[in-house]
Amino acid sequence: MELVILKTDALFFILIASLLAYIFYASKKEHLARPWRSVLKKPMAASALTILAFYLTVAILDSIHFHPEIEGTSSDTPVYSSQVVSLLDEVLKPINKNTETTYSAPFAIYSYSKESQESDTGQIIRDYPRLRHAGSHLSNISEVRSDLIMRSLSALGYWIFAMAILCLILISLRVVKLKLIVADWLNLSTFFRPSPAQAAVITFAAVCLSVSLVATVGPYYHILGTDKVGNDVLFQGIKGIRTGLLIGTLTTLIMLPFAIVLGVAAGYFRGWVDDAIQYLYTTLSSIPGVLLIAAAALMLEVFMTNNAGDFESVTARADLRFLCLCLILGVTAWTGLCRYLRAETLKLKESNYIEASRAFGVLSWSTISQHVLPNLMHIVMISIVLDFSGLVLAEAALTYIDIGVDPSMESWGNMINGARLELAREPVVWWSLFTAFLFMFVLVLAANVFGDSVRDAFDPRIRELD
Amino acid sequence: MSPEKGLGSVSSYLTRRILYAFPILIGVNFITFVLFFVVNSPDDMARVHLGNRYVTEDAISNWKSERGYDKPLFIALNSTGKKIFTETIFFDKTVRLFTFDFGQSDSGRDISYDISERMWPSLFISLPVLCLGLLFTLSLALLIAFFRGTYIDSSAVILCVSMMSISGLFYIIGGQYLLSKLLQIVPISGFDDGIASIKFLLLPILIGVIGGLGHGTRWYRTIFLEEIHRDYVRTARAKGLSEKGVLYQHVLRNALIPIVTGVVALLPSLFLGSLITEAFFGIPGLGSYTIDAIQSQDFAIVRAMVFLGSVLYILGLILTDVAYTLVDPRIRL
Repeated sequence: MELVILKTDALFFILIASLLAYIFYASKKEHLARPWRSVLKKPMAASALTILAFYLTVAILDSIHFHPEIEGTSSDTPVYSSQVVSLLDEVLKPINKNTETTYSAPFAIYSYSKESQESDTGQIIRDYPRLRHAGSHLSNISEVRSDLIMRSLSALGYWIFAMAILCLILISLRVVKLKLIVADWLNLSTFFRPSPAQAAVITFAAVCLSVSLVATVGPYYHILGTDKVGNDVLFQGIKGIRTGLLIGTLTTLIMLPFAIVLGVAAGYFRGWVDDAIQYLYTTLSSIPGVLLIAAAALMLEVFMTNNAGDFESVTARADLRFLCLCLILGVTAWTGLCRYLRAETLKLKESNYIEASRAFGVLSWSTISQHVLPNLMHIVMISIVLDFSGLVLAEAALTYIDIGVDPSMESWGNMINGARLELAREPVVWWSLFTAFLFMFVLVLAANVFGDSVRDAFDPRIRELD
Repeated sequence: MSPEKGLGSVSSYLTRRILYAFPILIGVNFITFVLFFVVNSPDDMARVHLGNRYVTEDAISNWKSERGYDKPLFIALNSTGKKIFTETIFFDKTVRLFTFDFGQSDSGRDISYDISERMWPSLFISLPVLCLGLLFTLSLALLIAFFRGTYIDSSAVILCVSMMSISGLFYIIGGQYLLSKLLQIVPISGFDDGIASIKFLLLPILIGVIGGLGHGTRWYRTIFLEEIHRDYVRTARAKGLSEKGVLYQHVLRNALIPIVTGVVALLPSLFLGSLITEAFFGIPGLGSYTIDAIQSQDFAIVRAMVFLGSVLYILGLILTDVAYTLVDPRIRL
């Protein structure tokens, strides 16, 4: 295998590295660690964070791309396919490789549409053909139910086994005490009001259970059906996680430097700098966002048709388009944060400690980095987490009107876009929409709950009320 | 502050804001031009509109001179004096926009006429959505504020957050499926003139209201709760006013200040309609007009719509400031 680092992959890894650096830094500083601890004091937020961590893990697995090796070639040096696949594709191969010919319902073993086929007696009849892969180990449709129950039970068995091992490891490492576990979990009065740690553990266990179910049932059935060309819908939903997560985080990463530098400069230096920056963001924010995005998408389209030869693969092309979408979303999103930061800097500049620092002749640069920036970080933090869910939802809407991500990229917007006419079929093909809805809803809900908790913890106005 | 003096300050404020709007609108137009022409030359545009193959040079220059694209883009190097800037496409088109002369679209239709026709369907949807949405969200938020701190409050907030987390696309698709396909109460999409259009408008309006319910209710609940914690409310309670009286006479009236000013900012952009809703329901409004223009690369329409959008946005900002002074006499412009 030959590693491929796409542009968005590189940015995503930079993002993760800075996230880790921030966690390390915040854990050392009490004034940062305290609000974060209070974020995690809410059971809902703890459980939301667990879900976000799961999504993040999937996105990281899906961001490690490589050219797979082609086996069975005669040459000595390994030959690599021009296709780009990710680690997640490899992990999910048992689910992904079983493509059918067309639609099939969840857990179905017969196809969605009738086909002409030869019966045992040699006659041509039109009937629903058996699926090529799903349930092919069964001889009869009546066995489906018992087979499903058996496989679910074995999934449950694996899950209990894994959980028990995990508990043993934790106990042997003296992270938790067995006595405490028993006392906590058997106490019925706390059952409906779980502690944050319990909420996180319950969520983690539920995520593990669904992973275990997918791993045992997925290779034999299409849990959420197949789409028009027979691809597994569950697989597409999981692949959409990377797109959704990246659009919410990369956009922020791109716009953050602009918003911070310009916002602080405008508020601190005043005068013509302030005028120029205010002019810039008023102009940008008065262009309707969708039109700006549409014009940029159109521009990119033309650019890509003119320079079609520059892209070595469809994936690289889709990746550039995705990056540009993040960029232009960032351009439309930074103005709001910039305005807040400017106003806050104006207020801070009047405070005594900054006046003192200026009176001592400290350089503007050090005053800003030591006194102004640390006092703005809570605004930045709140805006990052609150913007995230809006960006995930925006991706689907923009893709629907053809100015979002590339049609070749797996995203929830593309799933909805492809599925929107399927409701008119008889019987209704609902599973593509449902899957996109489910994955998007869980992510956005978790982000909203977590974001609210972060805002409550970091907003000094709210902190005073408590 | 005497009334005359107040009026004077309002008019001088308005003059300043309107003068300030000019450089912003020129900037907006500049950005649109750069975005469009950085990869696309007028020649490319002509080719797209005339059909890519078998286009003669004459046809291209003809198309360009008919639509005024035969000048240099930003700077005319072969001219002298002022003409370096005035003899350009950018100057020509920008001046026309400022007189609201949108001219003809690149496919030859009168843009001003199209906009005046397509404005109404957009307005028929966005105005009822705003009014009904405001009515429902305000009543719900007040009700939740009445039950604050109870299980009703916390479960209502959870419901609101869940409703916010659902993509607008699903409200539309779900509504169309449920009401149009299963129950067959209203048609799925389309539009008609006059009174017959009501049956086409019902579903988009309903979905618009429901789609905004979660976010609106939670936002207004926060505003109400902020007011409830203020001193004057404590005074009102101390005087023996009932909880209902406190909510209606004091909290609601004072909370209306941020709410009204927030709504006023939205008013002008109602004309533009919603891109997604109009595309889904086949409403011939300005939203679908813009999408069509983008997809057919009609620069004249995109330019006109961006300009109009910015004008309405700036108008919204000015109206907000004026509304602030009207509802809250302590604030001066």
